[in-house]
Amino acid sequence: MKHLDFHVTRSSGATKIAALLGIIIILGLIAAPWWAGRADMRLLGELFLYLALASLWNLMAGYAGLVSVGQQAYVGFGGYMLFALTIFGGLHPVAAIGVAGVLGALIAVPVALLIFRLRGAYFAIGTWVIAEVFRLSFAQVSSLGGGSGSSLPVGIVKSLSASRSGREHLSYWLALGSALIVITAVYLFLRSRNGLALTAIRDNELAAGSLGIDIWRTKFVVYVVTAALTAMVGALIFLQKLRISPDAAFSVNDWTAFVIFIVVIGGIGTIEGPILGTLIFFLLRETLADLGTIYLMVLGVVAIVIMLKAPNGIWGLIRSKFDLELFPLSFRVKKSHSSKGA
Amino acid sequence: MEWVNAIVQGTLLGGLYALFAAGLSLIFGVMRLVNIAHGDFIVLGAYLGLSVTTILGIHPLVALVFVVPCMAMIGYILQRGILNQTLGGDLLSPLLVTFGLSVILQNALLEIYSADPQKMNAGALETASVSLGDLSLGVLPLLTFGIAVAVIAALQWTFYRTALGRAFRATSDNQEIAQLMGLNRRHIFGMAMALALAVTAIAGIMLGIRTSFDPSVGGGRLIFGFEAVIIGGLGNLWGTLAGGVILGVAQTIGAKIDPGWQLLAGHIVFLAILAVRPNGLFPRVSG
Amino acid sequence: MPDPILQISGLDAHYGDFQALFGVDLDVAEGEVLAIIGANGAGKTTLLRSISGLTQNAPDMIQYRRAPIGGLRADEVANLGIALVPEGRQLFPSLSVEENLIIGGQIGRKGPWSLQAVYDLFPILKERRAQQSTSLSGGQQQMVAIGRALMANPDLILFDEISLGLAPIIIKDIYDALPGIIGEGMSALIVEQDISKALSVSSRFYCLQEGRVSLCGASATVAREDISRAYFGVA
Repeated sequence: MKHLDFHVTRSSGATKIAALLGIIIILGLIAAPWWAGRADMRLLGELFLYLALASLWNLMAGYAGLVSVGQQAYVGFGGYMLFALTIFGGLHPVAAIGVAGVLGALIAVPVALLIFRLRGAYFAIGTWVIAEVFRLSFAQVSSLGGGSGSSLPVGIVKSLSASRSGREHLSYWLALGSALIVITAVYLFLRSRNGLALTAIRDNELAAGSLGIDIWRTKFVVYVVTAALTAMVGALIFLQKLRISPDAAFSVNDWTAFVIFIVVIGGIGTIEGPILGTLIFFLLRETLADLGTIYLMVLGVVAIVIMLKAPNGIWGLIRSKFDLELFPLSFRVKKSHSSKGA
Repeated sequence: MEWVNAIVQGTLLGGLYALFAAGLSLIFGVMRLVNIAHGDFIVLGAYLGLSVTTILGIHPLVALVFVVPCMAMIGYILQRGILNQTLGGDLLSPLLVTFGLSVILQNALLEIYSADPQKMNAGALETASVSLGDLSLGVLPLLTFGIAVAVIAALQWTFYRTALGRAFRATSDNQEIAQLMGLNRRHIFGMAMALALAVTAIAGIMLGIRTSFDPSVGGGRLIFGFEAVIIGGLGNLWGTLAGGVILGVAQTIGAKIDPGWQLLAGHIVFLAILAVRPNGLFPRVSG
Repeated sequence: MPDPILQISGLDAHYGDFQALFGVDLDVAEGEVLAIIGANGAGKTTLLRSISGLTQNAPDMIQYRRAPIGGLRADEVANLGIALVPEGRQLFPSLSVEENLIIGGQIGRKGPWSLQAVYDLFPILKERRAQQSTSLSGGQQQMVAIGRALMANPDLILFDEISLGLAPIIIKDIYDALPGIIGEGMSALIVEQDISKALSVSSRFYCLQEGRVSLCGASATVAREDISRAYFGVA
């Protein structure tokens, strides 16, 4: 009888090729200031920030089962912290982004303690209430412009870089960096013990609980970490916009609806999904944006159809068809020797 | 006296919030569905009312005769056509589908009616008031509160005294066994959504008479309704009315302290109750 | 033999990823009481779920009065006159005793059973009519579950483990009442782990073992050792 050796591995040919391609693409993107035009770079910068938001929302909803419709709370909070820390605290904008993340985590702790009391869909609306509370509270702060908002002073803008192109390059790299950091963080998190626990919770909350996984604590950690990173992305978004107002900072459409559509269309519960979804979203936006409200209705219809007919999104369709995974997360059993088998 | 006035006005405002909440409470009770587009359906009700009043030249309250059945029909078709497909699995699917509906509805209203604020004209009813000692009570808020009480009493009666209500409760208890009784749960759920949107139509028209509205105000109405449901306790319709009143009073008292604090005060009271009594003040079912 | 009211042929049924029934053939004659016996996990409950439409199958595998019903939903099957007394009683907790009975009859089929007839059969239920069904004892709950199924005036009634979790004296009461219940020209299919109880009320029996029919025959004449072999498998 022939003896077959099996071993368990995460990587496959596709993941190795993807890693190589990924490195080439990332190097090309880092070099974008030398080959891309000003408008392209602005678009790419925005795309990276949406990619970061989408990956974070996906971590919460797709892996931890925390479906939030209130992540604009942290986007806006981060933005306002950037303004407050640079204007009143005299911090350098890049340092302020980091501090905004820490403050985002700190404020997320009491918020989580409160809204984790709500289950399922009511949790979702609870997150929205929190975002409203943030919006109304910041509208009360007259030193930040109250309800009408304020602009970032020229001196602070200039502190990033003296030249306009220098500032544009820096904010492009910051956006690219944030997307890379977020995706790497999500990837490493999912490979960690906590990440495995998350997958177990998603697959079966009851069983995971009986296996001794502290579900509440794991979800809590995800919520707080996501809040911190979302606040940092928010700070970056408003560093690019240079102007903030409560309505723009805490917009449910801009920071949650679009993000949800990106993840749903791309494929919820996969790392690749938000990447694909962001590309599709920007492609649609650049081609259909002239249609205005009709474009948003089309987006809504597409999201509903995908949710009903292909709940794992477009990436889910691709993956089930080709058994493809670009980020090596799941384990595969392989034969050690490529002997003639089935 | 000013404070008494604020409390009384807040109580009456609570009637409107209870109307926002009743439909939400109903469908959660029957099928554990939370409709994120609920607020946008309230706004749809207001716009349908606006169209009917302008086309037919009738009073907004008379428009109820057209808008209520129309919304009920939309509810039934929506449930059987789309929402039934989302039930039974995880909660992601109903949540995201109703979220998508919300965006579609909002933008469709924007496309048809534009972003300009609109208001329904109810004539003398809007300004009429009755004096009660030193208090002056608007007839419209009183009427709204009365309608809210009547709607909740009617829902309560439907739930506990009719065959349809029995079917609602049985299906909510155990869908499989209810099917064995010959109840088609798709139809039962359709009826529940029809009833919920019928109530939503009333809420929308009362909203549209009271204040101006535009396509973007749905989210806020959803939140008020949701807060009223949670404050009152899940699955308790009279509790929902109490929740609406508490929210309304908190808002008018907040506004009394500082006009910018009206909404914030309501949210803070909601969060405080959530912190102290996570199941609401008068819970009935766990959920 | 009279015309079969229910005819099952080659029924394969799955419970999740697990195949619970393998090519089961079975028929119930008009007016007959049939017993299904078998150990835990033999596929008895899956069989009843398939008949009542809680589990969907290929239409032709299950025929009711020569019409294929295997693909129908449970509510459609119920409307044809098939009622199930489910395992574990499964009353509606938010309905009162009387409401549980009324909802059983809401499909509106004509027949001998009415609220009054059920109260005559189980007088204790009339006393408890306004109570929440969950406040009743296990035996009384079983009476409600049986009454609820009778209220539909079914032509075929399915009993799933009605003795489960009840005191022996209560089981005796209920089995004593069964002939009076079924005697009205109804056909019945009784799933039971208690073999002697099942054989005592039925004319024929089928024994299931690991999803297959291992023995069938007349209840009155079957030998005990044959049943043991069919029940537990060959030792």
